[in-house]
Amino acid sequence: MEYIIIIITAVFVNNVVLSQFLGICPFLGVSKKISTAFGMSLALVLVMGLATLVTYLIQNYVLINTWFGEKMDITFMQTIVFILVIAALVQMVEIILKKINPTLYQALGIFLPLITTNCAVLGAALIVVTKQFSFGGEPHMLNLAESVVYSMALAVGFGVAIILFAGMREQMELSNVPKSLKGTPIALITAGLLALAFMGFQGIV
Amino acid sequence: MSKFKYLLEGIVKNNPTFVLVLGMCPTLATTTSAMNGMGMGAATMAVLICSNMVISLLAPVIPDKVRIPCYIVVIAAFVTVVQFVMQAFTPALYETLGIFIPLIVVNCIVLGRAEAFANKHSVLESALDGIGIGIGFTIALTCIGLVREVLGNLSAFDHKFASSDGMLVFVLAPGAFLVLGYLMVIFNKIKGKKNA
Amino acid sequence: MAIKSSLRNMALVLTLVCLGASAAVAVIYAVTKDPIEIAKAEKTNKAIKQVVPAFDNNPSEEILNVPADASNPKETNKVYVAKKGGEVVGYAVESTTTKGFGGAFTIMVGFTPNGEVYNTSVISHSETPGLGAKITDGQSHFITQWNGKNLVDGSVKIAVTKDGGDIDAITASTITSRAYCDAMEIAANVFNNIK
Repeated sequence: MEYIIIIITAVFVNNVVLSQFLGICPFLGVSKKISTAFGMSLALVLVMGLATLVTYLIQNYVLINTWFGEKMDITFMQTIVFILVIAALVQMVEIILKKINPTLYQALGIFLPLITTNCAVLGAALIVVTKQFSFGGEPHMLNLAESVVYSMALAVGFGVAIILFAGMREQMELSNVPKSLKGTPIALITAGLLALAFMGFQGIV
Repeated sequence: MSKFKYLLEGIVKNNPTFVLVLGMCPTLATTTSAMNGMGMGAATMAVLICSNMVISLLAPVIPDKVRIPCYIVVIAAFVTVVQFVMQAFTPALYETLGIFIPLIVVNCIVLGRAEAFANKHSVLESALDGIGIGIGFTIALTCIGLVREVLGNLSAFDHKFASSDGMLVFVLAPGAFLVLGYLMVIFNKIKGKKNA
Repeated sequence: MAIKSSLRNMALVLTLVCLGASAAVAVIYAVTKDPIEIAKAEKTNKAIKQVVPAFDNNPSEEILNVPADASNPKETNKVYVAKKGGEVVGYAVESTTTKGFGGAFTIMVGFTPNGEVYNTSVISHSETPGLGAKITDGQSHFITQWNGKNLVDGSVKIAVTKDGGDIDAITASTITSRAYCDAMEIAANVFNNIK
């Protein structure tokens, strides 16, 4: 039951793009066509799940741990360590995918390098290790399974938002947009209306 | 004088927000008021200047294939420094900006300038570029913040000028997208007139 | 311009850059550690000063750990005792609710010794900036309406009017208002368990 709440919260209520403002760049950048938007979201679900898994373990077993007989808390290295790990992880996923599943690589490959600088990945990794969540119960730090489910659900939320958005932009191609609104401005305004719609989900959990 | 142009280019011609459309996440997320936008702009500018200078210094000794990871480490280090300094001396602002301070690391403006400018130019030029882009970013964020604050909260720079509530939607998520979209229209219109 | 990308060079440079960066961060961490602690303590002191009548002791040194739920004595809230001339003039109760819009938030509630609210102040919150964040505006009606209300003699029903209580909610921030009531209720329970 708790996992259902986590998923609904992450996908709709705390939608990563439309209410937390993470991953806006790819949201605006790769939303011209539904098919590319879909590929990007799929790659993101994979990377965010893996990244959170690894950074969670690093946070709790490397940064906060007993080293040389002394209890150490070197969380001040968090930002540097996390971003490096994520960058390395994305490269590894790219290499492995190329070897074991070339078809999938062809579909997702071009999106992977872009994902390193997608702040949703680092953002989710930082949020799950620093924030307490209640999800209808007592507030607590998320455990490993909850963290991974939460960030994968966030990525799914990204997918929902970007696919809806790409659909609208495909329609927009055919319509007559005033000259100074063309391109990014009209996209932002559309995103604003989409965000307005997503506000309706707030407070349901 | 010729060096001066690097500074100016960042503010208008290469304005990171309105022209290059980079670094959208903090632009939308932290501009709930003019002060917040300004704080975020200043924090980003500090990181940008420092990382630009260090990267232009280090560029000759960094092998090409590992340059991106190296840049990221340098940027992340400065971001962490800024994070601590803000936590110590501007705790209130630190709390409002929250997660978006560590996320300066993945702000495409910072890495973008390192890759497109700092590694090919001298330290002084890179610093000027950092200042220019930084000011451009700060101005953009302050403008967006101001518009959202005025419409949404009927206040400017935290001074309330009317006692009633504003149009709250502007300080919420949708307002961020709408205000940025319309400001871009205005920016385009003005630029279009100049060019014609 | 750049040196050759041999494996040795790459490993060497990357290691050196990482070491340099970590060293710099560690130094800054050591330097800013105390100011950060001071800034945090300062915030608590300021909040205490704001919520209880004038005092002449140091409440940060007179902390009671009181449970909100007497049957669960393990989970306690911090209570700062303010005294003037040796006499207790107020209690500042730290209270955290989980029902906020953006997750948990913590407030400081000042009680006079007979259970009246003297003043309240928000310590930390993650509510929507500008909207739920209206709780941080000390002058707003929502915050000032608590002052002088006695929360322990049963004269006030701690809930927003929408839920049949006596508290006016912030327009368009019902959830935040409810959460604030929840935190007040916890604080009241803590106050009841003080002696």
